[in-house]
Amino acid sequence: MQWIPNILFAIILFVGIYFFAKNVRKLIRNIKLGKEVDRSDNPSERWTNMARIALGQSKMVRRPVSGVLHIVVYLGFIIINIEVLEIILDGLLGTHRVFLPVLGQSVYGFLIGTFEVLALLVLVSVTVFWIRRNVMHIKRFLGKEMKGWPKNDGNNILYFEMVLMSLFLLMNATDDHFQHLATGNTISQYIAPFFENLSFGVVHAIERTAWWIHIVGILVFLNYLYYSKHLHILLAFPNTFFANLKPKGAFKNDPNVTKEVMMMMDPNADPYAAPAEGEDEVVATFGAKDVTDLSWVNLMNAYTCTECGRCTSNCPANLTGKELSPRKIMMDTRDRLEEVGKNIDANNGVFQDDGKNLFDYISKEEIWACTSCNACVETCPVNIDPLEIIMDMRRYLVMEESSAPTELNNMMQNVENNGAPWPYSQMDRLNWVDEEQ
Amino acid sequence: MIRVPIMADLFAEGKEPEILFWVGSAGSFDDRAKKITRAFVKILNKANVNFAVLGTEESSSGDAAKRAGNEFLFQMQAVTNIEVMNAYNVKKIVTACPHSFNTLKNEYPNLGGNYEVLHHTQFIQQLVDEGKLDLKDAQLSADRITFHDPCYLGRANDEYNAPRNLIKSLGASLVEMKRTKKNSLCCGAGGSQMFKEPEKGTMDVNDLRTQDALETQPNVIATGCPFCNTMMTDGVKNANKEETVQVKDVAELIVEALNL
Ligand code: SF4
Ligand code: SF4
Repeated sequence: MQWIPNILFAIILFVGIYFFAKNVRKLIRNIKLGKEVDRSDNPSERWTNMARIALGQSKMVRRPVSGVLHIVVYLGFIIINIEVLEIILDGLLGTHRVFLPVLGQSVYGFLIGTFEVLALLVLVSVTVFWIRRNVMHIKRFLGKEMKGWPKNDGNNILYFEMVLMSLFLLMNATDDHFQHLATGNTISQYIAPFFENLSFGVVHAIERTAWWIHIVGILVFLNYLYYSKHLHILLAFPNTFFANLKPKGAFKNDPNVTKEVMMMMDPNADPYAAPAEGEDEVVATFGAKDVTDLSWVNLMNAYTCTECGRCTSNCPANLTGKELSPRKIMMDTRDRLEEVGKNIDANNGVFQDDGKNLFDYISKEEIWACTSCNACVETCPVNIDPLEIIMDMRRYLVMEESSAPTELNNMMQNVENNGAPWPYSQMDRLNWVDEEQ
Repeated sequence: MIRVPIMADLFAEGKEPEILFWVGSAGSFDDRAKKITRAFVKILNKANVNFAVLGTEESSSGDAAKRAGNEFLFQMQAVTNIEVMNAYNVKKIVTACPHSFNTLKNEYPNLGGNYEVLHHTQFIQQLVDEGKLDLKDAQLSADRITFHDPCYLGRANDEYNAPRNLIKSLGASLVEMKRTKKNSLCCGAGGSQMFKEPEKGTMDVNDLRTQDALETQPNVIATGCPFCNTMMTDGVKNANKEETVQVKDVAELIVEALNL
């Protein structure tokens, strides 16, 4: 009979991890719906970026208040999770604080004491975050794309952290044996007196309950990630690793277009020639109409987005009241990708045309409002590139649908006819020389 | 009188200049930008730079077409320009337009155009460093200058210092806007916006950026891009400040300070 809790624990742990693994597989499958792009160059620079930006959070502190608070929560969260290792071992083995005899009282006390301080700091920071999101009117949390689920999601995460941290402290405070060690209870010693008048049995029951809810909470949290902006705690790492390393102004040259252009420029090429043996005959779409036309890095970006809105709060179009919001571009891409993924799941692994595409989420008006200024890319704390998606959608509008705004069509016609965006003759290109001011 | 050697002429004489000055469409046709072009040529002349322009053989870099989504037109332009430049054995290019600078430097290489490409502020800085251009006696009448970072020079290519160093060496005090360098705000012209009406909104981007600039109470808003120049000039006009605040290219400031 005494093994029942251990077995129960093992089952809960297994179920939690099983569903998490399932979500991770789905995540990877969906990301791989994107087009191939090679990001294997310069591995050392990539590792450095990941260490600096994801691990070191270097871009977070550009906004000092939220940056520092975020570092506290992040460090606290990671370090306190070392404690989870002990909880899992205890749960499986039926031991209690299995590391205590191994590490010795002083080391163990020091560790748990540090965790308790961190837990308190996290609790305070998360409370400030909650106030920033719900009480203070901070514009970047109030965008139109932040209504409904995204807003609740942001708060849910904060509640999760509050509850988990409180349970950790409560669990220590009600652990009579631990309190009697009188080391490591840096914070919980101030909570313990509240339980002094209760019988030992009740206090022990509270301790056990807190312990169980704590570990179950962590597993629930793990499985909540897939549906949340909080996926960034995992994806920030690959996302910063695989981010673009070229100058931000360098937009990719579509190789399919290059093929056609080279053929047109080559006087010896036969435009009606059949493709050579083994060559792909599939006609490529230019630009992006749907998520599957984007690259896998774009799609990983979408899952990584923290919905922090730093991009949008720096976007010149958004700041001047245009519809465009780079954060919304990322959220829409993720929503559409999820829809495509569900479609595939529902149809035995094959996507069935649902008559929809990314333009059902993102309007042309948004796409045309972008100045390609790279402010969003520069500011994103996890190196997301909303601009590449916008440009790919523009390419689709222009090259597949010929639906550019009229003025742009005129501009392009001028470039085509006389080699300048304005209707001036190429022969007049030197007139400036003789026009002394 | 400015001296503007033309590539085809030099070629006929069997000469190869060290530098190609890429004038760009704005620099060739836009009345305001043409003044910047001439100012830069004066500096080139003053420093005895061995350069040439393509003149009527130059065509749009394709930047505007590419940012408007017309990849096909962009690549046609690029390949045509590359053919011309490679025929002249061009090695090093300087341009006063950050859009051409960016496209030639970053987007031409994988289409066969491999050149060393510099923005004019970078090139002038080199001339100063090499002692070919002397700014010691430079004297500017304006004393408060703020610099607006062109997106395609700054964020797109990480050059923030060259224009600032030049302004400082003219003896003027440089005042920074609240949004500057990496955090600079676009003037509103990039991504082909220059050629179309803005989407519906509450205000125009150039007016917002001009507000940033005017907050520093400058005599001069300096920049290094013909499009930024137009946008900021319009912004200053809209704010009724054209009497007291001028918009100038860094090259123009140097010409003025050296009395060229
Ligand atoms: S690149 Fe486009 S979306 Fe990004 S900040 Fe600039 S205007 Fe906004
Ligand atoms: S794209 Fe980056 S900056 Fe924008 S909301 Fe997402 S995480 Fe924040």
